[in-house]
Amino acid sequence: MDDLLRDFLTESAENLVRLDREIVELEQTPDDRELLKSIFRTIHTIKGTCGFLGLERLEAVAHAAENVLGLLRDGTIQVQSAVVSDVLAAVDVVKEILDGLERSDAEPQGDDSALVARLQRWLGDGDDDDPAALEALFLNARPGARPTPIPAPATAPEPSPEPRPAEAQASSVPQASAEAPSAAGKPAAEPGERSESRASVADASLRIGVSILDLLMNLAGELVLTRNQLSQLAQGDDDSRYHLPLQHLNRVTSDLQEAVMRTRMQPVGNAWGKLPRLVRDLAQASGKQIDLVMTGAETELDRQILQAIQDPLTHMVRNSGDHGIEAAAVRRAAGKPERGTIRLDAYHEGGHIVIEIRDDGKGLDVDAIRRKAVERELVRPEAAAALSDAQVFRFIFEPGFSTAEKITNVSGRGVGMDVVRSNIERIGGTIELSSTRGKGSTFRIKIPLTLAILSALIVGSGDQSFAIPQIGVVELVRVGEENRVLIEDVNGTLFYRLRETLLPLVRLCDVLRVPHRESEGESIVVCQVGAHRFGLVVDEIFDTHEIVVKPIGRMVKEIPCYSGTTILGDGRVIMILDAPGIATLTGVTEQSERAGDQSGAGIAGLSSDEDRVPLVVFTAGGETPRAVPLALVSRLEKFPTSSIEAADGRWLVQYRGSLLPLVAASPELDVRGDDERPVIVFTDGTRSMGLAVGEIHDIVEDRLRIEMESDAPGVIGTAVIVGRSTEIIDINHYLRRASSEWFGAQRTSPVRSRVLLVDDSPFFLNVVGPALRASAFEVATANDGAEALERLERGERFDVIVSDVDMPRIDGFELARRVTANPAWAEIPILALTGRGASDRETGLSAGFCEFLPKFNRDVVIEAVRAAASGAYSQKEVTV
Amino acid sequence: MIYPADPERVRRGDAPRSGYVSFRLADQWLGLPVVLAQEVLAPQRISPIPLAPADVAGFLNLRGQIVTAVDLRIRLGLPLRGEGEGAMNIVVRDGEELFSFLVDEVGDVVEVGTDQIGEVPATLDEQWKACCQGVIRLERGLLLIMDPARLLNPVEAAA
Repeated sequence: MDDLLRDFLTESAENLVRLDREIVELEQTPDDRELLKSIFRTIHTIKGTCGFLGLERLEAVAHAAENVLGLLRDGTIQVQSAVVSDVLAAVDVVKEILDGLERSDAEPQGDDSALVARLQRWLGDGDDDDPAALEALFLNARPGARPTPIPAPATAPEPSPEPRPAEAQASSVPQASAEAPSAAGKPAAEPGERSESRASVADASLRIGVSILDLLMNLAGELVLTRNQLSQLAQGDDDSRYHLPLQHLNRVTSDLQEAVMRTRMQPVGNAWGKLPRLVRDLAQASGKQIDLVMTGAETELDRQILQAIQDPLTHMVRNSGDHGIEAAAVRRAAGKPERGTIRLDAYHEGGHIVIEIRDDGKGLDVDAIRRKAVERELVRPEAAAALSDAQVFRFIFEPGFSTAEKITNVSGRGVGMDVVRSNIERIGGTIELSSTRGKGSTFRIKIPLTLAILSALIVGSGDQSFAIPQIGVVELVRVGEENRVLIEDVNGTLFYRLRETLLPLVRLCDVLRVPHRESEGESIVVCQVGAHRFGLVVDEIFDTHEIVVKPIGRMVKEIPCYSGTTILGDGRVIMILDAPGIATLTGVTEQSERAGDQSGAGIAGLSSDEDRVPLVVFTAGGETPRAVPLALVSRLEKFPTSSIEAADGRWLVQYRGSLLPLVAASPELDVRGDDERPVIVFTDGTRSMGLAVGEIHDIVEDRLRIEMESDAPGVIGTAVIVGRSTEIIDINHYLRRASSEWFGAQRTSPVRSRVLLVDDSPFFLNVVGPALRASAFEVATANDGAEALERLERGERFDVIVSDVDMPRIDGFELARRVTANPAWAEIPILALTGRGASDRETGLSAGFCEFLPKFNRDVVIEAVRAAASGAYSQKEVTV
Repeated sequence: MIYPADPERVRRGDAPRSGYVSFRLADQWLGLPVVLAQEVLAPQRISPIPLAPADVAGFLNLRGQIVTAVDLRIRLGLPLRGEGEGAMNIVVRDGEELFSFLVDEVGDVVEVGTDQIGEVPATLDEQWKACCQGVIRLERGLLLIMDPARLLNPVEAAA
């Protein structure tokens, strides 16, 4: 039997018992208005529900009775036994129809016109203008006419299609309305045929308070634990006389636990009940044609989880209909059927429930999301380009991220996919998104069957044990002698070099401030939190257990690291760790947020508002690692040493049809020493040179902050790169060397352009300064506009000014105005750096800025400075 | 020794008498309304909770129910119990939750007429005064009657 119908019958049976009693009471106390109201409500509920289920006969009778009761309630007609008899007769017919429904799933046939007419007589005695009465007359004038509960215009698309045969198990909702009327044509069973031996649905079901079920659940959980304790005691003693009873207890306990769990289970279709209507309304409002197909509605879930996913599901279906499915004309033009389809599928998968929401709409625009992610500075442009589509889609789940071009009244309600994600993660679930442009999108939600019992990893830190729910654990890495070196400390943040990525680490003992136990090996529990991963370093990993989750006491509820408590088999109480909470508390996932994390580029320990620079790390005849910004490198090559020609103690190699001069990165390096020589090729204008190095180690991303300036030739200074002191080489030095060695007098050392860099952020001065220096500029810095003006007034000469916009004292705009206004400086091109996009552009250009440069794009900045230095903005031509 | 609480008798109040479980913290004897004390337990295994407030000693497992143990020595600003000195537990229910007060020693139930309960001395330490309902003069000294709800819900948290 259909679930909705079953629920309806159960509910109605309870109501009818009360109704009988109340109507009889009413006869004795005709003035009891509360009683009248209660009776009216009961009949009203039955009427309303049967309209929904398509039970025509029942609805006609209930409707007529309701009208009469309405008049009684309003005092229009007086309570008298004749009217009570008629209402009771109607209640009897209602009961008869319900009985029939229960036996055959269909309304029994019968002619109620006499009864309906009798009831209508009462309406005539009342106010003839009563609209309810008129409606009743109208309805009943057409026996068999099925009143449409929701009037829909003829053009309205079907809210939900009848499931195709292939989807025989499709959702109960469309079936209920589709099947019941068609079955109504069957001959009705005679009332006398009623089988008394068969327990009716109403008798077989019972309403039980959820609190009692929760209590049962709890007790069953306790029994499981006690059983475990007993089993442990009896372990290894097979001759024990407790052995057999224990085995029995074991089985019974498991069965009991399962049975109690089942009481809390509800079909997932219960959370879908409202969706057909939602899709129908949405289709109508947007003028689209949308079918909703649902399969697996009978898949059962813990009611707590069901409640938790109801809103996210609704949101996603709404999203699919609103943003996914295109208008019919657009679909036709794209060669797709005019009717779009949203599919909802639920099924079991390895101890979890998977729910997929799939639409055949326009799919997601990967590039738009990528652009938006860059715009919102969630990822740097270079890293964004390297991200796979799947990685780009993850941005959808970031707070405040919406690509909808226009906010509609359907989806644009401020509930973002980030809320969906956090709701699902709160119940230990995961969500993934895949999409093909033009083909549609699929959301895949994976959730546990129940929250009450979950599979957890038991870990040790210090002398305490903790449980980590397994659903958030991606993998475990044991740290021993051989891979300890892969743990790197970058400015106090630990990273583990896990395959292609740098995994930020937190030590559990540090987070929880428990003493660290010195042990041979630690382990890394790799946790997934949203789109991010981090490693939780624990002293020991013991085992996995099915644990019964207990709520956390109110005194420690505020601590974000825990999601609950549990009792182990040995009776110990341990805390269940909450990986998202730990991530938030420590900010560990922020370490990787900006870099687009799994891009493989590697991430260094940086707070999220700082920029990173890709660097080529190499050595040259010594241990000290050296690095050069990747942006300056044109290629990395390896030449067979046999191809390197020596002339006058200098080296040349045939490269791309011309001769490439090579310069040794260090005097100690024997350029033709090994079989092959790695070379970093730099190009400056039309000239190229190769820097011969010992070994190219890696390309890493890290902050380029010169900790110590250097006087050594060819070295700008020392920076900490991925945790190691690294010399940042001055490529200009080598370019000059190559050119003086090879081009001799052709080109004298160029007059370096002087750049004044103005920014109140020392960090930024540290990033852009060396980068500009490395690009052959002389760089002076000023901390704000006032200081910049002081330097200018002192008579210092600059070829280019690069200035931040927001600064204390004198800001960028004011600086630009003053520079432009002063005839002595008016020719100096002044470039603005901004992290805010184009909003200030108009103001800036009118203030005298030549160009607005994105603050975090070094290449663009350097290119623009170079262009400005070579006169591209002379006469202050404004480029827009 | 503890006698099972008889709420009926207390409530009946034919003579307005009430009983208090007496317990000791360092040198001071205190009391809790016996109707509110669910049971008294010998020293238990308590799992500490990292990052918890100092007075929350940890969780203990009472027949499958999780009980939050509150160390009254810390709660009331007394020096810590020495190493190896196990604490007795007085289990109370507050709302839906169970709590256990860790005390040094549990004594008799003291039953007195309500007229024998004196005012809280004005000289009492503020921290104590905030949780104290009254005092009973006994031969061996003063018995401070504590309000479990206020011990569990510090005033600053309620404010």
